[in-house]
Parts: sequence; structure tokens; C-alpha cells
Amino acid sequence: MGSQTPWVYVGIFVLVGLFIPIAAIAIATFLGPKKPNAIKQSTYECGIETVGDSWIQFKAQYYIFALVFLIFDVETVFLFPWAVSLNSLGIFAVFEGIIFILILLAGLIYAWKKGMLEWA
Amino acid sequence: MTTMQVLFLFFAAIILGSAIKVVTTKKMIHAAFWLVVALFGIAALYAMLNAGFLAMVQIVVYVGAIAILFIFAVMLTRKELLDKGAALNNNKTIAALISLVFFGGLLLLLTNWSGFTKMAPDLPEGDMVAKLGEALVTPNAYLLPFEVASVLLLAALIGAVYVANEARSE
Repeated sequence: MGSQTPWVYVGIFVLVGLFIPIAAIAIATFLGPKKPNAIKQSTYECGIETVGDSWIQFKAQYYIFALVFLIFDVETVFLFPWAVSLNSLGIFAVFEGIIFILILLAGLIYAWKKGMLEWA
Repeated sequence: MTTMQVLFLFFAAIILGSAIKVVTTKKMIHAAFWLVVALFGIAALYAMLNAGFLAMVQIVVYVGAIAILFIFAVMLTRKELLDKGAALNNNKTIAALISLVFFGGLLLLLTNWSGFTKMAPDLPEGDMVAKLGEALVTPNAYLLPFEVASVLLLAALIGAVYVANEARSE
């Protein structure tokens, strides 16, 4: 085990994180009064009855942000180890990281110029 | 059975169960959420293999970005998010046969592979992530791939923006 021990704490946090919402819902189910009637059980949106099927296509305007976010997420994967070892590395390594960021910055500027970061 | 074996079986059951739910559930959004569960399980397996950094990368990139992209893709491409058709069609027998043959072939190959029974080599002492970072910026190690990766990401970004821009202006 040894080196796996920190993951035991992660596991405990996951279990606590699962327990709290389950407990909240379970307690509400057990303690809450249940007097259902036809009006209470009906499906509604914003106070009025739904028209048609509720499993429909929603317009995800910000899918471009998700695409751009994915790229910068992968960038993080490379930059995180670089940042961790920055203390023990020289000025040369700092510039290498900056070059890495600058190359990707060109992509961000391109996306910006194309108006991709606007809500359209 | 050791604790690790019990944990492995537990996570493997979670991964397989949620992977089956991904393909069997009729609600597309639920399928995406089951995919998130499966990806989390794989992160747990990485953590058990002592690959902590890879486990975090799995969560950050796959759960954080790929899964969200999946949900967006489902929302963008499907007019209806509830699948009303039958889950199986006429090709089910031949599909099952092909996957069975493929699975058997992989099993045969892997059990004959020498690395299958070998234990993982011991990790060097010290902070693995710092060592990885050092290797990434050392010219004799992986400096060139590190910078090339940046260019690759730039190409992916510009490509995505270009295609999305075309789709938008239509």
C-alpha cells in the first residue's frame, strides 16, 4: 500500500460527498408529508403546462467555449508538471514554458478575432 | 483476496455496469452522465496503479472536458433527446459474433504477451510530477515534443474554430 495511502483520504471524501446528498434526499423522503393530487403531480414549466415533448434539443450557444476549453484543458496537463518543477529549474525552463503558452495564445487571439467568444 | 483485488473488482464492476448503461439507456443525456461515471471509475483504476497524475488528468480532461463536449454534441446534433426506436436490429447476431471473436483474439494475444504476468517496475523515489516537469523542459529529454505538442494544440484549436465558424455563418 504505502504510496496509495493518500488515495484512502480521497476515497473517504468521495464517500462523504456521496453520503450527504443521499442523506438529504432520504431524510426528506422519510419525514416529508405526502399528499399528492392531480395538480401537484402534473408536469409544468415556469408555472404553465409543457407543450409537446420535454426531451427536445436545447440550443447550446456556448459549444465553442467547450471546444476552446478542451484545448486549454490539455494545455494544463502539460503546464502543471512544468509549474511543479519550476522551483528546481533555471530561467531557461521558464522561457520554454512561456513559449508554450505564447504559441497557444496565438490560437486564442485567432478565436477572439473570429468573434468566437461572442454570444451569437 | 487482498484489499487491492476487492477494490479492483469493485471499480471494474462500476466501469462495466455504467458502460453498459451508456449504450442501453434511451435518454441521450443519461448516456452522457453514465459515461462520466465510467470515466471516473477509470481514474480510480489509474490511482490504484500508482499513476496519480494520470488519474487527475483523466478527471480534468475526460470528465471535465470530453464529457461536456459529448453532452454538447448530443444537444447540437439530435432533434430529440429521447430515443424511441428499438435498441437492437437485424445485425445483432453478426455484431455479437464479431465482438466475441475480437474479444477472444485480444484475450489470446494478451495472455501470450510477456508483460501480462510481469509485475510493474518500482517507481523511482521522489515527486513524480516534478520529475515529469523536469523531463518536459530538459533539451536532452522531451523539450521538442513539449513544444511540438503546443503547435499540435494550436492546430486543433484553429481547426475547431474554423469549422465552427463555417457552420455558424451558414
